Amino acid sequence: MPAIESRRKGKLTRQQYLDLYYYMRLNREVEETMTRLFRQNKIVGGLYSSLGQEAISVGTAYALEKRDWMAPMIRNIGALLVKGVPPRDIFTQHMAKYTSPTKGRDGTSHFGDLENLHIVSPISMLGDLIPVMTGAAMGGRYLGQKIVTMTWIGDGGSSTGVFHEGLNLAASQRAPFVLILENNQWAYSTPVRRQVPLENLADRAKAYGIASYIVDGNDVAEVYSTAKEAVERARAGEGPILIEAKTFRRHGHAQHDPAEYIPKEQREFWEKRDPISLCEAFLLKEKLLDANGKKEMEAKLTSLLEKEREFAENSPMPPEETVHGGIYCSGDECHKIRAKWERPIAEMMPPKSSVEPVWTVEGFGQGKRSAGKNSPIHFGDVQTEHKTQQPKGRAVKKSEKKPAMKSAKKGGR
Amino acid sequence: MAVITFLEAIKQAMFEEMAADPSVVLIGEDVGVYGGAFKTSEGLLEKFGWERVIDTPISESAIIGAACGMSYLGLRPIAEMQFIDFIVCAFNQITNFVAKGHYLWNAPAPMVIRGPSGGGVHGGPFHSANPEMYFVHTPGLKVVYPSTPYDAKGLLKASIRDNNPVLFFEHKFLYRRLKEEIPAGDYTVPLGKAVVRRAGRHLTILSYAAMMHTSLEAAEALAKEGIDAEVIDLRTLLPLDEETILQSVKKTNKCLVVHEDTKTGGIAGEITALLCEKAFLELDGPVLRVTSLDTPVPYAPTLEAAFLPSARKVFAAAKELARY
Repeated sequence: MPAIESRRKGKLTRQQYLDLYYYMRLNREVEETMTRLFRQNKIVGGLYSSLGQEAISVGTAYALEKRDWMAPMIRNIGALLVKGVPPRDIFTQHMAKYTSPTKGRDGTSHFGDLENLHIVSPISMLGDLIPVMTGAAMGGRYLGQKIVTMTWIGDGGSSTGVFHEGLNLAASQRAPFVLILENNQWAYSTPVRRQVPLENLADRAKAYGIASYIVDGNDVAEVYSTAKEAVERARAGEGPILIEAKTFRRHGHAQHDPAEYIPKEQREFWEKRDPISLCEAFLLKEKLLDANGKKEMEAKLTSLLEKEREFAENSPMPPEETVHGGIYCSGDECHKIRAKWERPIAEMMPPKSSVEPVWTVEGFGQGKRSAGKNSPIHFGDVQTEHKTQQPKGRAVKKSEKKPAMKSAKKGGR
Repeated sequence: MAVITFLEAIKQAMFEEMAADPSVVLIGEDVGVYGGAFKTSEGLLEKFGWERVIDTPISESAIIGAACGMSYLGLRPIAEMQFIDFIVCAFNQITNFVAKGHYLWNAPAPMVIRGPSGGGVHGGPFHSANPEMYFVHTPGLKVVYPSTPYDAKGLLKASIRDNNPVLFFEHKFLYRRLKEEIPAGDYTVPLGKAVVRRAGRHLTILSYAAMMHTSLEAAEALAKEGIDAEVIDLRTLLPLDEETILQSVKKTNKCLVVHEDTKTGGIAGEITALLCEKAFLELDGPVLRVTSLDTPVPYAPTLEAAFLPSARKVFAAAKELARY
């Protein structure tokens, strides 16, 4: 079992360790509650599990600040919880209740909150969130907000066209954007080695000239520390960063899928590396948590989830007539759309916003409307502070230690 | 008052909205330094700077996605498709992400997707498209297709100020051929409202964009034969102005729909169904259609002319309809 404790000890505060542990437990118990609800036929559609991947959702979202924006994927229940979504929202969404954030109009983690929590809803088509969160990052920067945006993608989703378009745009715009590539080694029934001829999916970052990291996705402290570093680098203007978190999907694609295609050895290897057990063993050993503290936390979780589940179960289904309406935003009375400026608006308005040409290049501008060799050539980086800087952040950087993955790699069919 | 081209009207709308509201930005391929493939954004970069006029890689999905993400921060991005044909490269992003957000999770996306559309300029099968109906079929979008410089400017301004994703089609045949005197200063034209371009008694011709002018030409020829056609410019295809359509058809009792889009699945079919549902007993004859043929837009001028509707074809159809 890899020694997470030795490398990361001292880097996190006790409270941070306890928070990470708590949210992973919460993540798992929310999903366990939903599995029970599913078996009682109370979940309307599919149920997707992040069993064994909790450290990634929790550790990465924990690196974000309140002002930052994120867009979760289907297996990022933990990220929603960390950002402040109450478990009842997740229960009611899955149960299609009228009290759910979407009032029963969509299920699963498909909901968001633009105003307060800064969460963008996913859709089922993979990769679309990458350009969207790139745009959110560009928008935030334009408004002077100093925000970072984050989304997640799987090993499977990293082969979509929009993954490429989005990450390339993010790189060319140097957007403050962090992409978490959760490599759980299976896209439904297709092993990663049949999807991508790369040893490390983080290598995709090289194609965009952006920085990347590889982390052991089952080590919550490493995931958090890496994500924190990436978020701060992105916030500092170094451009987008890709983090590949190596992990394993311990359940099937969804509840209906027994995942018999997964080799026994691979499953066994990863079951021994359960992120919550690893974290708990460390906390107990380091005396950051004792048996009493654990009991208290468990009692708190049980009573919270009991209350939240009951709320969801007692909630009504949406009345039929609510199918109507809401196709369009009807204007101010529906949504007051106001950009939140954190820089002087005058900077964006003429004459201040006007562009002075910054280069003249001899030999350019031979066209008949041209001013000849003194033609001004614009140089198009969007942020003035980066205009002259050759970005050091574009060099690919990886954490020195790769996780022990050897037996896992035999996993392909 | 000044006489300006259709293209100049588009440029003025963007310029004025950007000057009035710092949350309006333009994003697309070659919109900055080059000023857009048709020069619709010429001068905007110099005036508004790099942060507001954003040249992108050739990535339509990323352009639409990024515009949507910006709109979530309260900005009002205008996303340009260099040719509207390329909008289908971003089909998923538009129909699944942008269009559904408000209904599903209460997320308005105040953005405009605009670009040059339409045939008659020998652009061939990939630079002449009228892809409006892919999107008219998608709840949550608005689809605007103006026919005059005055409307182009007023509708584009209204689209930028609208809280919903608006697809704004600019018929490139009209860009430099059409000039109109428009008032100085700010004005808008409301979305979702058709307009009667020519009042008439005997039959109604419904049309939009370049075909509106073809229909008017036909109406003049019909007038010489004693047929008084009412010509209505739909202007917005989604939401459709049912009221104006029904009002006219209930008066004339006959309807001909003319569009440059291909026949099968074009808006003429939708309007026919609407009239069957809501004005069946008022109809004195069949609803007829004059549209492009159900083929890709062919390249050769002879083939394209055969493909497109023409005033002659509209005239012939209207004559037939008038006999009922």
